[in-house]
Amino acid sequence: MIKFIFKGILRDKNRSILPIIVVAIGVFLTIALSGYLSGMLSDIIDQTARFQTGHVKVMSRAYAQNIDQLPNDLALLGIDKVHEELENDFPNYTWVNRINFGGIIDAPGANDISKGQGPAMGMAIELFSEKSGEVNRLNLKKSLVDGRVPDKSGEVLIGYEFANKLKVKVGDELTYMGNTMNGSMTFAKFIVSGTVRFGVASMDKGTIIIDFTDAQQILDMANGAGEILGFYKDEVFIQEQTEQMCDEFNAKQAQDPDEFAPIMKALGQQNSMGTYLNLVNSVSSMFVIIFVMVMSVVLWNTGLIGGLRRYQEFGIRLALGEEKGHIYKTMIYEAVLIGAIGSVIGTALGIVVTLLMQKYGIDISGMMKDATMMMPTVLKSKFSPQLFYIGFIPGLLAMVIGNMLSGIGIYKRETATLFKELEV
Amino acid sequence: MKHLIISIISILFIGAPIVTRAQTIKTSAKTQDATAILNRVDYNINSNTSIIKSNMIIYGRRNSRTVTSIGYSQGKDKSFSEYLAPEREKGTKMLRLENNLWIYSPSTDRTIQLSGHMLKQSLMGSDLSYEDMMENRKLTEMYNAQVVSTDTIDGRETWILLLNAKVDDVNYDSRKVWVDTQRYVPLREELYAKSGQLLKKTELKDVKKIDGRWYPTKINYKDMLKDGKGTDFIVLEIEFDTPIAPYIFTKASLKK
Repeated sequence: MIKFIFKGILRDKNRSILPIIVVAIGVFLTIALSGYLSGMLSDIIDQTARFQTGHVKVMSRAYAQNIDQLPNDLALLGIDKVHEELENDFPNYTWVNRINFGGIIDAPGANDISKGQGPAMGMAIELFSEKSGEVNRLNLKKSLVDGRVPDKSGEVLIGYEFANKLKVKVGDELTYMGNTMNGSMTFAKFIVSGTVRFGVASMDKGTIIIDFTDAQQILDMANGAGEILGFYKDEVFIQEQTEQMCDEFNAKQAQDPDEFAPIMKALGQQNSMGTYLNLVNSVSSMFVIIFVMVMSVVLWNTGLIGGLRRYQEFGIRLALGEEKGHIYKTMIYEAVLIGAIGSVIGTALGIVVTLLMQKYGIDISGMMKDATMMMPTVLKSKFSPQLFYIGFIPGLLAMVIGNMLSGIGIYKRETATLFKELEV
Repeated sequence: MKHLIISIISILFIGAPIVTRAQTIKTSAKTQDATAILNRVDYNINSNTSIIKSNMIIYGRRNSRTVTSIGYSQGKDKSFSEYLAPEREKGTKMLRLENNLWIYSPSTDRTIQLSGHMLKQSLMGSDLSYEDMMENRKLTEMYNAQVVSTDTIDGRETWILLLNAKVDDVNYDSRKVWVDTQRYVPLREELYAKSGQLLKKTELKDVKKIDGRWYPTKINYKDMLKDGKGTDFIVLEIEFDTPIAPYIFTKASLKK
């Protein structure tokens, strides 16, 4: 039966080409856009996790409340003890210290006159600890535009656009001016060891990276850290798992009334990321539902046109004694085959494009020149196994539903009037 | 009836300018009073030169710090301050000449000039910005004043003056100042942005008569955009119109 229908499809191309093209285009668009959406989401989550939130973050309660202000005066102290606890309770995570700080960077010129000056967003990370994996995590070596990653105290990495603005190059001296965690004025000299392209416009324009121990010393934060970031050792973010872990950690601290006691937050609970994750998931689901609805209507219409074209054929088949149900059934089988062929073509095309986009991406750095928000400058798609069915099933369903709707007309044919209709 | 209507119309149209004129005279008198009040406030607060040794107590959520400094100022364009304590700040110096501010750090032996929006940053983690510290002009040079109401602060009668900027280069577009009616010294101030948002509040206390001027020796600055108790500025010693050696107001004095 299937072989018979398949032969019919091949021999009567008018019956199949248009629906196959429509299904293939629809499936292709679904897969390509889903891949692009999850790529974009994954890039943003990944970038945010690596630079800002970790998969989980531990900080003081007071710091967490005012996190937008980089309140190092409310930083977590006694971090040795906190690390001990974290490493015992959650050995699957790598725990790293970070300090985010603000200040002014001044590039000295001749005769003690500044040749450049600007507000800086400072990040202190464990540069010299191989165990922390921070250099690789932030992809610093590959992001270098010039020079090298700091390997000794007193060296600084600086965003390449910031370096251009300050007119400094590798080997030049910079002076940092800011406030310690107690509010005292602090000054420090650094040597530029390298310039770096973070791939995030706002960071390229104003970020410096120094070693964590340097920051502790400059900002009077002995045994303190602004944040302790936890990264799952497989580098995969599983929202439910991290939230459960946070609940466990926070429950242990619940008895401590100190506003500087540690609190743990998952990635999804920081920077409105939870809302963002839910929003993107909802948009993806909505996209698939809208696709199925629109395609069903289009294919219903295609089926109706096909039905009209095959009006005579169905009439003859009914006149020859074929049952209406059988005709309807063969039509549905045909739809399944056509839908499957279109979906396979669309899925294949979609996956090829997704893989190409995953490898090469689209460079939007030109559009991000004045951006101040943290966004990747190369947008990439992401291949995932769900792409194999996310377009295929709706493609098949849309074709079948479309034909089911248009095929209802078969049941409205009256055998008594068939010969009149066929003008026999 | 016709005459009555004409009379009412006449009163309405002729009377209105009379009322308006009366209001103008009253407002003008108030403005004049306010300007006179402001002049006397300026006399108390400003002098040709001043040398002030002070403590600045900065209240944080974890602890508080006291920063001791000595400041020299001459006219509205020159000031120099040296931080004496604590150890972290000791030896830090600041020089302001007109709109330029230089900061010298002994730990790096560098002098950094701050400009533009950098001047809006907090001074040593306090509720004051560098701009606040730099402002030394007379109120009458920057604002038009108007008496809007009266109030009592700590048992002292005050006028509430509303000051609106008459020049562009002011840190705060408008101010509300509570001025002691007897001593012509501000006891409270509210500083507003152009949008009308309240940015800072100051409470001025411990008013003493020094060299013929009434001067508040304890001022609490509160940045309304920050949490906390604000910053106390306490005058330890003050001298008015004492000659100051000209070299103090040079960049060379920063490294001395």
